[in-house]
Amino acid sequence: MTAAAIKAFRPAPAQSRLLMSGNEAVSRAVWESGVRVAAAYPGTPATEMLEVVSTYPDIYSEWSVNEKVSLEVAFGAAMAGSRSFCAMKHVGMNVASDALMTMTLTGVAGGLVIAIADDVGLSSSQNEQDSRYWGRFAHVPVLEPSDSQEAYEFTLAAFELSERFQVPVILRLTTRICHVKGLVTVGERSERAAAGFKKEVARWVMVPGAAGRRLPLMYERERKLRAESEVSALNVVESGSDRRVGFVTSGPAYMHVRESFPDAPVLKLGFSFPVPFEKVRTFAALCDQLVVVEEVEPLIETELKAQGIAVSGKDILPQSGELSPNVLKPVVARLLGEPVPETGKTLPMPVFPRPPTMCVACPHLGVYYTLAQLRNVTISGDIGCYTLGFGHPWNALDACISMGASMGMALGLDKGRGESDKDKKIVAVIGDSTFLHMGMQGLLDIVYNRGNVTVLLLDNRAVGMTGGQNNPGNGRDIHDNEAPRVDFATLVKALGVREERVHVVDPYELPTLFKTLREETKIPEPSVIITNQPCVLIKDYHKLKPFTVIDDKCTGCGNCVDIGCPAIHVTRRDKVTKASGREVDLSFVRIETAACTGCGLCVQPCAPDAIVHADTLTSVINFAKKD
Amino acid sequence: MSETTNILVVGIGGQGVMTATEILAEAAIALGHDVKKTEVAGMAQRGGVVSSHLRFGPRVLSPQITPGTADLLLGFEAAEGMRWRHMLRPAGLALMNTGRLVPPVVDLGLCDYPEDPVASVRAAGTRVYAFDASAIAKELGDSRLGNTVMLGAISDHLPFSAEVLEHCILKRFAAKKPALVELNRRAFAAGREAAGQAAQAEKSEEGVAAVAA
Repeated sequence: MTAAAIKAFRPAPAQSRLLMSGNEAVSRAVWESGVRVAAAYPGTPATEMLEVVSTYPDIYSEWSVNEKVSLEVAFGAAMAGSRSFCAMKHVGMNVASDALMTMTLTGVAGGLVIAIADDVGLSSSQNEQDSRYWGRFAHVPVLEPSDSQEAYEFTLAAFELSERFQVPVILRLTTRICHVKGLVTVGERSERAAAGFKKEVARWVMVPGAAGRRLPLMYERERKLRAESEVSALNVVESGSDRRVGFVTSGPAYMHVRESFPDAPVLKLGFSFPVPFEKVRTFAALCDQLVVVEEVEPLIETELKAQGIAVSGKDILPQSGELSPNVLKPVVARLLGEPVPETGKTLPMPVFPRPPTMCVACPHLGVYYTLAQLRNVTISGDIGCYTLGFGHPWNALDACISMGASMGMALGLDKGRGESDKDKKIVAVIGDSTFLHMGMQGLLDIVYNRGNVTVLLLDNRAVGMTGGQNNPGNGRDIHDNEAPRVDFATLVKALGVREERVHVVDPYELPTLFKTLREETKIPEPSVIITNQPCVLIKDYHKLKPFTVIDDKCTGCGNCVDIGCPAIHVTRRDKVTKASGREVDLSFVRIETAACTGCGLCVQPCAPDAIVHADTLTSVINFAKKD
Repeated sequence: MSETTNILVVGIGGQGVMTATEILAEAAIALGHDVKKTEVAGMAQRGGVVSSHLRFGPRVLSPQITPGTADLLLGFEAAEGMRWRHMLRPAGLALMNTGRLVPPVVDLGLCDYPEDPVASVRAAGTRVYAFDASAIAKELGDSRLGNTVMLGAISDHLPFSAEVLEHCILKRFAAKKPALVELNRRAFAAGREAAGQAAQAEKSEEGVAAVAA
């Protein structure tokens, strides 16, 4: 979403029926619930929640530096008696869980709702996780909407539940809630003043003695929540006429069940943790057998089995990925010994893959072109657009697991090197926002423990992969207003990197970049090379005059193709045999001038100087025509 | 068509696939339908594959179109139309832009672009109306008009009138970029005409085939 679109947004009047994504619906309900503080770190598929919340009036919203901080901010506001909201993608809660696992003991004063968006099917994540585990782990309730209207309603319900039981509530979303648009009827906003912070040491200061006294209260709260789940209007029984199989389901899986088996009885668990066991038992009595349909892990299933309720689940359904009618129908047909439906048997036609690429003129292109030239190097990577450097044509990233991990992994690769890696250079690549999120501590560890690592800090002034959000590195806040800006060079020096080992480099100047990188990787101590050009998708980027290729001059050397810019296309391939007898592949190219923004990266390695500004070529042609 | 209409709009990031689907959704809502729209667009901003599902009818449950049940396939790029053919029901219709966007994996020589995506889809037994929407947009002066051209192309194959869809598009531009209303009106008309001509050509070919048989 662009900044302009955000600013144009105004709350629609109550009773409006709007086409909203799940993220937009949650945000509307956050506003209507009288939330005063909302915080998040961007992450697909959760990002739009805070983006949209920030457009509503009367709410303090922020991009926090990471999910843990965002949850602590929201918790602090809840301690102060404000309703507060926090949103994150599934892996965000791994980072934030340290805070969650103790705030469950203190509980909250103002309502606190934590929306966690699971990327079921991994459309844009490094793993697939089921965030409903956190409900079990932290003994907090979990609500699971199944479409946009419910995302809206359940958010309202979550705040009521949170305040009534003084507990943080997890709103569990998936990509198919966050990014599906459906019709939502919205309501009125109600103002809620902050109750004010009440000093209560035994509750808010979690030292062992105090925490120990809160444990029984937490379990007592869970018993009460289970009783509430038994009677909650969010848990609905839909009796059906075909009772051979009854379904217990939650979240978007409900929609697939309802569509696939219109006549079957369904117990839809909107308030899915604590599981209402008695309600399930009563439901089970209505059906010949039960199938639990849930994404992703068999959580409800396992708990029902432990209660002695006979159910099928992941023993017949896939263990990972999204469920859908074409997954469910054959499974249930087989269970009932019926013929398996034929729909959807046509196989996709074979077409090349189209993996995501870096953008035209992306400042990371020069970095990966340069990294690809380095020999005898292991490159520890991180989470962001620059993860794409592992692919063609660069093949210049060797590892990526989690936010900020490039730092620690690099140090481990250095300290744990085997005989075969004796002379290997270790490079870590990390973006500005990822560095601030969780990379700083790793760099401090590299410095403190005298690691031999060269860090490439790619400062493109944005959280690029999620759409260019602001962060403390670009000096703008969530509303695009001016904010204090971190100085990366000063920061890394403060962490202990020696001044001579810190370089700020323009990533479009390939010779300087290569020279700096080659020199720093030779020096056996921590160094940091900071690149300083903005993401091409944000307003700081300014287009330059586009380039074109003079066909007659192109020798097919293919050097420009190695940059990996998507505006460069190969028009013709050939092979020549050199005098040495070596066969060489040739790639003749053209530049899509309409897409080119004139960064000049491809001009630098072009051996025959065949790449020129498009307007230069036009004027030459015009001049020639005049003659 | 059954109670629920299933339309799959496909292309690559940056082509306006999601916006086009959103406008189709608005038209369906204006006619009182329940609507769900969903995308698989992981990292679409980075030139990846985008497939946008639109379902509308009296009440829509699952947001995804089950493979083999799409009524209409609107392909913004030739190979992408081919990639998603299997989503169509046997009697479904593919409206395909013949314009090509070649990805880096092809430029790098790692993969081949299909020789003739439209012919392949036809050979697989699918009814196709194909036309060069990219060229039409370029002729009108702006390649960004491509999605309006594509909407024009689908407009005569919807369970509601083309005018409803046209109205939704123009209303959008009137609110945001009034200077572009007229250009989009022309793009819509051009797309409508291109698909109409493609349909005529397809029908006369069928006729020839029937006579020959």
